[in-house]
Amino acid sequence: MAEDIITSEPQMPAAAGMPLLRIESVLKKFGGFVAVDRLSLDIAAGEFFALLGPSGCGKTTLLRMLAGFETPDEGRILLDGRDIAAVLPHQRPVNMMFQNYALFPHLNVRDNVAFGLRRAGLPRAEIAGRVAEMLALVKLDGFAKRRPDQLSGGQKQRVALARALARRPRILLLDEPLAALDKKLREETQFELTKLQRRLGTTFIIVTHDQEEAMSMADRIGVMDSGRLEQVATPRQLYETPNSRWIAEFVGDINVIEGDVESRAEHRWIIATRDAGTIVTAAPRQPTDKSAICVAVRPEKIKLSRRGPAADAGQAGTLNRLEGVVTDVGYLGGVTTYQIRLDGGASLRASLANTARLDVDAYGAGQRVVAWFAPDDCVVLER
Amino acid sequence: MTARHLFSRPARLAAAAPWLWMVLFFLVPFGFVLKISLSQTAIAQPPYLPVFDVTAGFAALKTAFAALSLDNFRMLATDEIYITSYLRSLVVALVSTAILLAIGYPIAYGMARLPRRWQGVAMMLVIVPFWTSFLIRIYAWINILQHDGLLNKILLALHVVPAPVVWLSTDSAMFLGIVYSYLPFMILPLYATLARMEPALLEAAADLGASRLGAFWLVTFPLSLPGVAAGVLLCFIPIVGEFVIPDLLAGSNALMIGQTLWLEFFTNKDWPVASATAVVLLALLLLPLLVYDRLQRRQLEAR
Repeated sequence: MAEDIITSEPQMPAAAGMPLLRIESVLKKFGGFVAVDRLSLDIAAGEFFALLGPSGCGKTTLLRMLAGFETPDEGRILLDGRDIAAVLPHQRPVNMMFQNYALFPHLNVRDNVAFGLRRAGLPRAEIAGRVAEMLALVKLDGFAKRRPDQLSGGQKQRVALARALARRPRILLLDEPLAALDKKLREETQFELTKLQRRLGTTFIIVTHDQEEAMSMADRIGVMDSGRLEQVATPRQLYETPNSRWIAEFVGDINVIEGDVESRAEHRWIIATRDAGTIVTAAPRQPTDKSAICVAVRPEKIKLSRRGPAADAGQAGTLNRLEGVVTDVGYLGGVTTYQIRLDGGASLRASLANTARLDVDAYGAGQRVVAWFAPDDCVVLER
Repeated sequence: MTARHLFSRPARLAAAAPWLWMVLFFLVPFGFVLKISLSQTAIAQPPYLPVFDVTAGFAALKTAFAALSLDNFRMLATDEIYITSYLRSLVVALVSTAILLAIGYPIAYGMARLPRRWQGVAMMLVIVPFWTSFLIRIYAWINILQHDGLLNKILLALHVVPAPVVWLSTDSAMFLGIVYSYLPFMILPLYATLARMEPALLEAAADLGASRLGAFWLVTFPLSLPGVAAGVLLCFIPIVGEFVIPDLLAGSNALMIGQTLWLEFFTNKDWPVASATAVVLLALLLLPLLVYDRLQRRQLEAR
């Protein structure tokens, strides 16, 4: 799937020969329920990979198979080219940061972090050194003697991170690592995690249902639904070049207008829609021969004005101009979203950045406006 | 009257209720027992002296007070019968509790690992024997263990033994009876702590390189210690004072302190010595309770 996407963005550097982790048509069923459906995926060394999907999509099951808590019914999981199906969890060079941290409540911070090192039989002095190093890494020096129940949520999260990293795993698995933190702390921690991953160079695989989290941290994102990978791409590709209507609607906000292909030129397609007139689009990257399609436009790609684009706006002639009335205004601080009822009957969302503090051009409900966007700013997707 | 007064009075009363209960049904009776333990036996009604008579005036009360003595305690400390009885009680309780823990822990552990819907069934199986009277259950054991009882019949039929074995009136029979009767008291608190444990902790232990056995000793067992302490106390304390089981199942050559107390009270009609025996027993049992209390307080503080 990932190979299908042609883009100007650089791809992740391909590892020489075998990738660090190769998942080969892995199938996992619970009773009659297929949790992971013949899924294949390669992850390169040093990558920060996010598995994104709604709850119940199989992302956690996949992660647990990598950790060794579940075994695939079919398919193989190769680490450094070696099948790890038979390797027990405690012998895998993979560590996991658990969703609710799973810190040992009867052990203090130091003993929690040292737990894995002691199991590895490292000499005492080395353990002490490594624990101190880990606590410094997560900025918890001075907390060694605290018990987990004497820590805040953010501190617990950092202890869990230090404990999972202490054994220097080849891959760190993170199961919804930020879900238990409040919004402000979550944003800070996203940033910290990314920095940490760059510094250590460890491969991170994170499972999350929060797309902002996945977008802001990961090099590549695999979007899962019903046990299958719907798309694997960089955050930018995922947002700007979704390969299905489902992905387009799952990631971010988008206007979807259904229509039929009227003409297919080499660069420009013309789409006749039922309730928004005729729309000119760029030719889709994955050509489709179906004529019943839909046009998808992100709200921030749509511009508004009272009279339409100025004549000198370069390619003004090829712009899509849709006229309508503002029905609803949502002021969010940084941006304002406008709900527009087009004359054709379709409803459209546009979001405009509030770039000036005193905006004389703000539109109120009932205002007649022209909404316009370039053909390159919309995506043609199969219905 | 302010709202605070309106609401705080019933609240304060509610807080006082357990204290009131303790004073009325524990401290006051204990005061009587303590007083009798300091008295001397007498052929009278009641069978001890002195008797406090509030209507006789202050001077009489004063003489009565002067007549109290620690003689009974002195005798308990010097007479071998009592010392061996106490020791036997402690040893029996210790051994039984150890056996109970060794049997109860695996059962509780197994119960906690069962699928949710089977856990209730397992719990019922543990509790159901309680629906039959305790005495009937012990008598059933007598039936099984006696000379021509079920156990000997089976052993003879299987040719395991050439002649009937003496089971009844032995220490083995007594331990069997105690372990059988107290097992639920060991299992239930252990099960309660083990079932509450987060399964992710064991996964975390495995993830960090602990084998299954390692994860048990490093995570499960330490976290189940409060349950172990509760189960041990719940069994140990009543077993020390146990009277019925040793009386019905054990031989009569060595007595537990409960039996000795019974003898003093009902056979010798020596209320003061019987009371002194009870007071010492209480003091002995207070010790493990204080340790438990200390442990719990430390846990609360750690929270």
